[in-house]
Parts: sequence; structure tokens; C-alpha cells
Amino acid sequence: MIPLFYTGLMICCFLCLYRIGCGPSAPDRTVAIDILGIVVVGFCAILSLVTGKDFYLNIALAWALLSFIGTIALAKFLEGRNFDD
Amino acid sequence: MIDIIGYILITIGIIFDICGCIGLVRFPDVYNRLQAATKCVTLGTVLLLAGVALGSHSGAIASKAIVCAVFILITSPTAAHAIAKGAHSAGVQLWSKSVVDKYQEEVDRHNEWLKDKE
Repeated sequence: MIPLFYTGLMICCFLCLYRIGCGPSAPDRTVAIDILGIVVVGFCAILSLVTGKDFYLNIALAWALLSFIGTIALAKFLEGRNFDD
Repeated sequence: MIDIIGYILITIGIIFDICGCIGLVRFPDVYNRLQAATKCVTLGTVLLLAGVALGSHSGAIASKAIVCAVFILITSPTAAHAIAKGAHSAGVQLWSKSVVDKYQEEVDRHNEWLKDKE
């Protein structure tokens, strides 16, 4: 059961990486980076379930926070505005 | 018994994740890709974290997984709205078969209002 979980999440990661690699415009790449961050949070949760250690979920929380902040910053940059308005 | 429920939830969540990522690759437009990927992957990851919280016999893992699920449920739609607004302001064109663009109509109406005010 567990190798199937790993395989499914790895397929998700490679589809996101394909879109990051050959997305035709910058917002495509931003969307794919956002989705890749959320999939990696799921990966950390599966690792925490398999090994029984809880610090992987600390990594997942920090990763979700940084991914959110990075996505907001990239969206502001795409909009052509400064970070302070 | 509760292990089996957790594993079923994780399986459903990963199926949703894969469908969202296939939509991210297959759809023709930034906005179509955005709505497919964000909705499917948010629901899938929240189901996966709920399954981990049910399937692990540890209070620390369950509480952190629930906090993480609520955080993703709040922040992912916010990021999607920000990306959509940024892409529209950056001048990314809609797909050629799209039929309606409400945000552009709203921007035009706002510009007319500003012109009338002067």
C-alpha cells in the first residue's frame, strides 16, 4: 500500500515539474510552483505516517507557510506593483 | 478499523491529486489550469492529511496534521486568487474559445467612472 502512495505523489511531482519546465508564460510556472509546494506537504505527511515520527509535520507546516508567502510575492511581482502596496 | 478508514481517505486524496496534476498539464489556458489544479489538489491534500491524522496512533501527529490541513484550506484559495489577478494584470490572454471575461468588464467600468469624475 505504501509504495503505491509514494508512486502516486511522485507522478504528481513530475507532472508539476513538466509544467514548470515548459510553461509558456510566467503565471503558468507560478501556478505549478504553488501546486508542487502543496504536493510536497502531502509527501511529508506520508513520511510521518510511515516512520511514526512527528517532526516531518513540522517540516510540512514550515513548507506550506513559505510556499504561500513565495506565491503571494510572485503574484505581486506579476501584477507589476511594489511589495509595500 | 480506524486504520482502514485512514488508508481509504489517503487513497482518495492521492487520486484527487493525480487528477489535478493531469489537469495542470492538459488544460489550454492559465485560468483553466489554475482552477483545475487548485481545487483538486487542495481537496486531495486535505483528505490525505485527514487520513494521516486518523491512521497514526499518535496525538502529536494527529494534531499537527489537522493544523496543517486547516492552514492549507485557508491559504491555497487565497494564493489562487492572487495569481489570477496578477496574470490578468500582466496581460495574459484568455483561451480563444473563452466566452466571458467579467473582470475585464469591471476594470473598463472603473476606468470610465474615473474619466467621468474628472
